[in-house]
Amino acid sequence: MLNRARNAPLAMARARRVAAATLMALAVTLGAGGPARAELTIEITQGVTDPIPIAVVPFGWQSVGAPPFDVAELVANDLRRSGLFRPMERRDMVDLPTSGAEVQLEDWRMLRNDFVVVGRLEPADGDRYTIVFELINVLNGQKLLDYRQPASGRTLRGASHRVADLIFEKLTGIRGAFSTRIAYVAVEGPETKRNYKLVVADADGENPRIIAQSVEPLMSPAWSPDGQSIAYVSFEGKASAIYTQLLRTGERVRVSARAGINGAPAWSPDGKRLALTLSRKDGNVDIYVHNLTDATLTRLTDDGGIDTEPVWSADGKNVYFTSDRSGGPQIYRVAAQAGQRAQRLTFEGSYNARPRLSPDGTQLSIVTLDRGAYRIAVVDLKNNAMRVLTQGRLDESPSFAPNGAVLIYGTQDKGRGVLATVSVDGRVHERLASPLGDIREPVWSPFPGSPGSPGS
Amino acid sequence: MRKSLVFALLSATLALAGCPKGDDVKETPQPEQPAATGTQEGLESTGVEEGAQTGGQTEAQRAALAQRVVYFEFDSYEISPQYATLITAHAQNLAQTTAVKVRLEGHTDERGSREYNIGLGEKRAQAVRRALLLQGAGDGQVITVSYGEERPAQAGSEEAAWAKNRRVEIVYGQ
Repeated sequence: MLNRARNAPLAMARARRVAAATLMALAVTLGAGGPARAELTIEITQGVTDPIPIAVVPFGWQSVGAPPFDVAELVANDLRRSGLFRPMERRDMVDLPTSGAEVQLEDWRMLRNDFVVVGRLEPADGDRYTIVFELINVLNGQKLLDYRQPASGRTLRGASHRVADLIFEKLTGIRGAFSTRIAYVAVEGPETKRNYKLVVADADGENPRIIAQSVEPLMSPAWSPDGQSIAYVSFEGKASAIYTQLLRTGERVRVSARAGINGAPAWSPDGKRLALTLSRKDGNVDIYVHNLTDATLTRLTDDGGIDTEPVWSADGKNVYFTSDRSGGPQIYRVAAQAGQRAQRLTFEGSYNARPRLSPDGTQLSIVTLDRGAYRIAVVDLKNNAMRVLTQGRLDESPSFAPNGAVLIYGTQDKGRGVLATVSVDGRVHERLASPLGDIREPVWSPFPGSPGSPGS
Repeated sequence: MRKSLVFALLSATLALAGCPKGDDVKETPQPEQPAATGTQEGLESTGVEEGAQTGGQTEAQRAALAQRVVYFEFDSYEISPQYATLITAHAQNLAQTTAVKVRLEGHTDERGSREYNIGLGEKRAQAVRRALLLQGAGDGQVITVSYGEERPAQAGSEEAAWAKNRRVEIVYGQ
């Protein structure tokens, strides 16, 4: 019997006013005030009934001309998109204070806000700016945040996501992931002439950048733990090969182009090894570890069936993977050394595949066959209990946000691949639809400043 | 879940080649398979005619050689006995003309996870490869590649399309 997320601990336990989940149809177009390059439109298909009411007042701009960026609009959109906040419409604001001292608490209380964000965009030298903002509890006047965030013209968008992260964390207790990125595969063109693109974008879908393109399939993108590189599979040579690509320079290395399958790359937590799937000459589809320093290969599994989709445990000592050795695909775990015996972890249902580890290492997200439909589930590694989170028919490729609060996955909408997110407690659902072809295989980046990264 | 099918026409060795999990073998009703004849792949002209010793071929053999797609059941890499004639014809063709090479492209339907489907497509291609080798094709004449669900033959999210997509295509000339 599947526990359908009702007993899940509330991700928002520390937030006030969060109640039972119901349908809430809100359509939000992102970046309406910014450059017209929004690739993904985000629609909140389901949220909480009682999201936190908050007013994000337009930021002050004392210099000449129009402000270079609408910080408040981006912050309000990020918060709305989380499904946990209800930012006040700008036209309903009776006053536009730009500092805490100007905030008339009684006015904002009358307008039924719990919190108000006020701030200014201050020009500094040249193309430099400082975002100054305060977060105020309207009910008691307490100043919860008082912060200065420097930025350049080019980084104003990212800095604004950072402002949203800080507010989100202050009010929910969960680290915000608005300033992280996603990678995904987009496929365009008719069946006879497909064009596969590997895209990296901001977590809200803005700033899409094509990092690889091919008329042959591209698949299985995976972020390095430091967020600097992506490993992926390309069929550009008429057979599969695994590449790693440094995002900053575009420098690409062909890591594995052995006979047969070269698939499912997964970086070890230290970033020095890739677990991957090879079939080699014997045609046996098994899990190997490829050492990126010296290109040595260690075979982890040796089974006549399909062993694939490896992912590392947080300590790098074990690898979780999919195997059909018992008849249909199920999740197994094996020590990351040669010749170890694998242990089966999933027993509910006939199809459980593609494990991905939560950032805290305690849960796996998987694809499960749930009453005739392929859906996203999470497996608690302490007791192997499974909870189904989604309601689609062909859901696939789940990936945890680095804060562990949300998963992004691929689903179908009118025969087209689109991206969607679901909170790990199953309550908040969002859909990201692209005007460009089929979108699939989303993967969420680690936090900037993760181990090994040169910092945020 | 996996349904094993016993070969009616091929030898026991060939049946083993298609059934890596011999303990799993059980008789199942003949599945509904899309007709292999008349598919686009089957009608395309490749190097077969030039490479084959057409003089010794019967009409039936030529017809079998024109069929170049083997279809599979869901989540299965067992070759259905209905493809025995097709496999025998291609194996003999390869055995007779060792300069000819084929590339076996394994595919799956869109259901489930993508890398698992790459594995499944590879297993399907390998099953066809083993069957060809057991009937005389040379090791170096047959290579495999799996595209998983990445290259469907037919768009659509219903069984009719899925059945067309669970396949191995025999492509002459590599």
